[in-house]
Amino acid sequence: MNPPVKTLVRDGIWDNNVVFAQMLALCPTMAVTTSGANGLGMGLATTAVLATSNVLVALLRGVVSQEVRIPVFIVLIASLVTVVDMALNAWLHELYKVLGLFIALIVVNCAILGRAEAFASRNGVRASFVDGLAMGLGFTFALVVIGLIREGLGSGTLFAQASQLLGARFAFLEIRLHEHGGALLMILPPGAFAVMGFLLAGKRVLDARLETRRGNAVALPQIPPASA
Amino acid sequence: MTPIAYRAERMFATPHAHGGGGVGRIMLLVQLALVPATLFGFWLYGWPAFFLWVVTLLSALVCEFASLRLLGGKAVGRTLFDGSALLTGWLLAMTLPPWSPWWVGALGGGIAIVIGKQVFGGLGQNVFNPAMVARVALLISFPLQLTAWVTPLPLVSIPAPGFLEGLRITLGQAPLPDAMTSASLLGYAKTELARGVDLLHAFSGGHAPRLSWLGVRSGSLGESSALLIFLGGLFLLAAGVIRWHAPVGVLAGVLLPALFAHGVAPERFMSAEQHLLSGALMLCAFFIATDYVTSPTTDPGRLVFGLGVGLMTWIIRTLGGYPEGAAFAVLLMNAMTPIIDRVVKPRILGRTRSGKPLIPRPDMADAGKGG
Repeated sequence: MNPPVKTLVRDGIWDNNVVFAQMLALCPTMAVTTSGANGLGMGLATTAVLATSNVLVALLRGVVSQEVRIPVFIVLIASLVTVVDMALNAWLHELYKVLGLFIALIVVNCAILGRAEAFASRNGVRASFVDGLAMGLGFTFALVVIGLIREGLGSGTLFAQASQLLGARFAFLEIRLHEHGGALLMILPPGAFAVMGFLLAGKRVLDARLETRRGNAVALPQIPPASA
Repeated sequence: MTPIAYRAERMFATPHAHGGGGVGRIMLLVQLALVPATLFGFWLYGWPAFFLWVVTLLSALVCEFASLRLLGGKAVGRTLFDGSALLTGWLLAMTLPPWSPWWVGALGGGIAIVIGKQVFGGLGQNVFNPAMVARVALLISFPLQLTAWVTPLPLVSIPAPGFLEGLRITLGQAPLPDAMTSASLLGYAKTELARGVDLLHAFSGGHAPRLSWLGVRSGSLGESSALLIFLGGLFLLAAGVIRWHAPVGVLAGVLLPALFAHGVAPERFMSAEQHLLSGALMLCAFFIATDYVTSPTTDPGRLVFGLGVGLMTWIIRTLGGYPEGAAFAVLLMNAMTPIIDRVVKPRILGRTRSGKPLIPRPDMADAGKGG
């Protein structure tokens, strides 16, 4: 009865992507994606919380009654976030200083409660784990893409300070595109909204193209002609 | 033959009437009104100003074309050449420092058309004035380039850059000589106040930027000659393209607080004349605040809108972090436009303000109750 792993992974990373399809967790998405490394760090931290919370919720799903399930989920998620928060503070202190407040705010990331409620409380432990992992990786993917675009346009670098996150071996990721700096606006909130909007539009166009290629005509929302 | 009122493209609010013309004619008239100030600006700042203007307009047209093709609309050519994209680019070019490198104009034209206009659905759909969106985006993104004002070197003067030298400046090959950049009056006042010099001393010194109605001073194309912009605005008023409410509102919104504050504390607040002739105020009053799309639809609404823009401009100039606030003020009031339109409504034809029929007819009143 459990959905196949392939579907779960595909859903999490593309078809039902937390950011690009479900439009959840937009607050951290907008706030931390000022650089690729920030996006990656936030995404991985969220993935860890999401996978473990899904497992715990799936384990407890037969025990917890319907009436108190939401408070129980929240307590579970909050404990996990505290663990991640302390772990990052201890071992990845530089990243922790950058992400700071947003780590604690993973608790209220609606994607996590959303997966607990919509998936983990109705499915087995294994499927829930795969779902959490896939959704988390999909979230990470979205954050890294938005972060890289904003960083590239806004400061002219890619993955700056990635070695602080991943260790000195990954210093090769850090690329400086040019020396001119960039458009400050892209680092500021309006840049996040603009990039997000264009990426959403791009994904929908791409999906429609892929569907048409498979032979299923999909109607994109048509804009009525300006003057008929 | 179909009566005019029923043909879709001629449909208007009752009573149906059509003045002839269309988008193209309006845009053409506005562009005509901009010509004197633009030509004066070319003469004042030389070839680089002209090149920047060309690049900005071209960029706006190219982006409009690309967006229209991507959106898959019909009649791409007609929409492209109705002059709306051209005017947006032109207005943006009027607000840029005339010696900016080419990519400032190119990027600005793109931002104005794509993010300012086409993502909302094209002409008539945008919430914010596209030229001002681009102006603010550029100012926030590239503060250095957007505040490099050159001292005027009229085309006929000896040190003015020639055609090729001008091209090199626009292409960013030749750096701007430091001696040729100067602070705008608003920026100067803000800096002097920040370092504790009061305005009476600041403006009596020899370094103070000059102020002139004719406009031989540093600034953007749409700023230096307040007089020519003003005359262009009068032309638009006479031609019936704009109505007086928004411009009067903007000018009054700046004038009244400026007169009051300068009268009370001349050492802290600039005079009304300095406010009126500085920055993009004239351009804003006659060409930006009168945009049909992003300003209210009723005359009293336009007056409120204009007053808001003017007041906000004065507040930002006086209390804000930026020396000039006209563009920000326009964007803020653009966001208020739907609310103004909700509050300030025209009277329904044949009814009082509260919606009752002007001449009470017993049969109609009964029918209303019975229904």
